[in-house]
Parts: sequence; C-alpha cells; structure tokens
Amino acid sequence: MSDGLFQFLLRMGDNTLVLGHRISEWCGQAPGLEEDIALANTALDLIGQTQMWLGYAAEVEGAGRTADDLAFLRDVWDFRNLLMLERPNLDFGHTITRQFFFDAFHVLLLTRLQASSDARVAEIAAKSVKEAAYHLERSADLVIALGDGTDESHQRMQSAVDLLWPFAGEMFAADDVDNAMAAAGIAPDPASLRAEWQRKVDQVMADATLTLPESQFAHQGGKTGRQHTEHLGHMLAQMQWLQRAYPGATW
Amino acid sequence: MTRPDIPTIWRWLDQVPDPEIPVISVVDLGIVRDVAWNGDVLEVALTPTYSGCPATSIINLDVETALRARGIDKITLKRQLSPPWTTDWLSDKGRARLTDYGIAPPQPAGGPTACPHCGDADVERISQFGSTPCKAHWRCKTCLEPFDYFKCI
Repeated sequence: MSDGLFQFLLRMGDNTLVLGHRISEWCGQAPGLEEDIALANTALDLIGQTQMWLGYAAEVEGAGRTADDLAFLRDVWDFRNLLMLERPNLDFGHTITRQFFFDAFHVLLLTRLQASSDARVAEIAAKSVKEAAYHLERSADLVIALGDGTDESHQRMQSAVDLLWPFAGEMFAADDVDNAMAAAGIAPDPASLRAEWQRKVDQVMADATLTLPESQFAHQGGKTGRQHTEHLGHMLAQMQWLQRAYPGATW
Repeated sequence: MTRPDIPTIWRWLDQVPDPEIPVISVVDLGIVRDVAWNGDVLEVALTPTYSGCPATSIINLDVETALRARGIDKITLKRQLSPPWTTDWLSDKGRARLTDYGIAPPQPAGGPTACPHCGDADVERISQFGSTPCKAHWRCKTCLEPFDYFKCI
C-alpha cells in the first residue's frame, strides 16, 4: 500500500510540477502583461501544490529524501506526470487549451480527494482545489474568447484541440495504482471523473465554436512512467541543471 | 522570564506587518491560527494564504524575529493547512486599511463593490491575477485609475 500511495503522490506532484514549470516558461514573453502575470501566478500556485504533494510523497517513501530531491534529482523515467503536461508550450492557444483540459480534470479530482480516507491527502486537496477552481475559471474563459474570436485565433485554437485531444484520455485511464487507491478510499477511480469532465468540456467547446475530434485514441505512458515523450528530458535539463551542476546548492 | 499572557502575544503579533501589503498585520490577514504555551515553549500555528506564496517564509521569519525581540526565545512555528485559509478571516480593521491603501477588499460576489480611490461603483476587471497571488487587477471607469482587488477565496 505505501508504494501505491507513494506512486499516487508522485503522480499528483509531478503533474503540478511539470505543468507549473512549463507555463513558467512564458514569464516575460506572454502575449500581454496581464497574461504574463496570470501564467506566472498560476505556475506559482502549481509549484506550491507540488511542495505539498512531493513533500508528503517523500515522507511516505521514508528514504530520507525531500520534495526538492524528488523534483531536482530524479530522471525522466522516474517521473509520473501525464504526457500532455510535458509537451512544449507551442503557441498561446496550445498552452491555454492544455491548461483548460487539465484544470477541468484537476478541479474534479481535487474535489473528490477532499473526502480521501488519507487525512493528509484530503488536507492538501482542500487547499489546492480553491486555487484550481480559479485557474479553471480563467482557462475556460480564454478558450471561449479565443475560440469564438478572430479567424486566426479560432484556427489556432482548433488546431490546439486537435493536437491535444489524443493526450486527454490518459487522465482517465486506471491502472493497478489507481485501483489500489480506489479500494483504500484514498482516491477516486479516474475513469469515474470522465463523464463530468466531458460535460464541462463539451459546454466550453460549444461556446468557443470549437469541435472535438471523434477519435478515442489515447497516448499513454506518462503517469505509469513506461514511456515519456522526448520533450521531458529537455525540460528537466533546464529545470534541474543547477542542482545537477552544484549539488546541494541553497540560497 | 515570566510568560507573557496569550492576549499580549496576539497584540504583539498584530504589530507584525504583512511583507507584501505592510498596512495590514499578519493577524489582520487571518493567517495566525493559534498561539499557545506548551510549557516554556510558545507554539504559533500559521497557515499559508496561497500554497506557492513566496511571502510565507518571510512571514515565518518576521513572526519569529518579532517574538524574539520581545524576549521569547523558545518558539515553535507550526504550519497548519486545514482548514484552508479563506479571505473571510480578514479582520474588519484589515479590510478598512486595505481600502485606505488603494486595494479593494474581497467581496463574496467575486468582484470589488467600489473603486478604492474615488468610491465609484463603475469598475471593470483587467486581469484575474495581479502583482501577488492574492490580488487581481481592476480599473475604475469613472476616475480611470487602475487598482488592485484582493481576490475572494
């Protein structure tokens, strides 16, 4: 059970860490000052949540590692984030569409985790869900504004939806870790979140005049660690280089 | 030393300013959740505002420094996550000081009721986020001044 819980906590923390790092890459170069600040603040919330998830993961593991050790000293194959989140940002439309797909899932998952049989998981979820709900409000609004915007913004949003759709299914694919967490009442079966997620996404897509592809194919391998994309290693090289070059450096 | 009583310690903590918004204290902000003596050790429970707020570690340091300056040398700071911080815990004094400072206090309706500069109600949102995690960016359509709004969570 404790290894299952450790894996589950890594998934939670790696999702927020990898997405938080990705969107922080917009800092100083977003299309407008307000968007720049919004993305940086969202990244900050996600990194704060990462400290709580990975901090607890390190305690559960009991090997003397810290949240920082887990973030900065693991290699690609030890990460347990969804593939969608490690993808490069591409354009602003791709960044916001990914954010919306994840935020809609994140809010549902955190809402359910507030009733977790594990008190620490419930506590971290209760803290995080307020921030995630705020992120969702913004990303949903932006998807609608850009989808139902100019010809150029509509085209870019539709191409982002087409690119990202094959990565959405991984959020709801359950494996042994998920089954063990569900059996212990620690976390919901991710498949049980899908119908409500789909309702929210359908509604926003309709308002945004965007169309979801029909294919149900899902790229997988991120949350199990079986196979990440080629992009994660490049991201970690940038994120981890300081601790790799100067082990134990602090300020 | 004799142990100062708990109301006295709350008064001291009410003089520790928030590092980002120095017109209000950490007590006004509602992040000091408990103060108690455990033998000769003073235990102070603090809760973070936003989980990634970089001011959190500065606040811990400021609280400890202020208490040491009053002669308390055995201090334990505890991080308390639950129940999660809410802007409902802002004190009335804090809300009034925010307005005087030019920051519209949080409202359950989700947006400021009036411009903190001229008091007019004709305001619009510029951005859901602002210069710190706890603020959003708004503008008054009457006096045309931008202002910060303390997000309601």
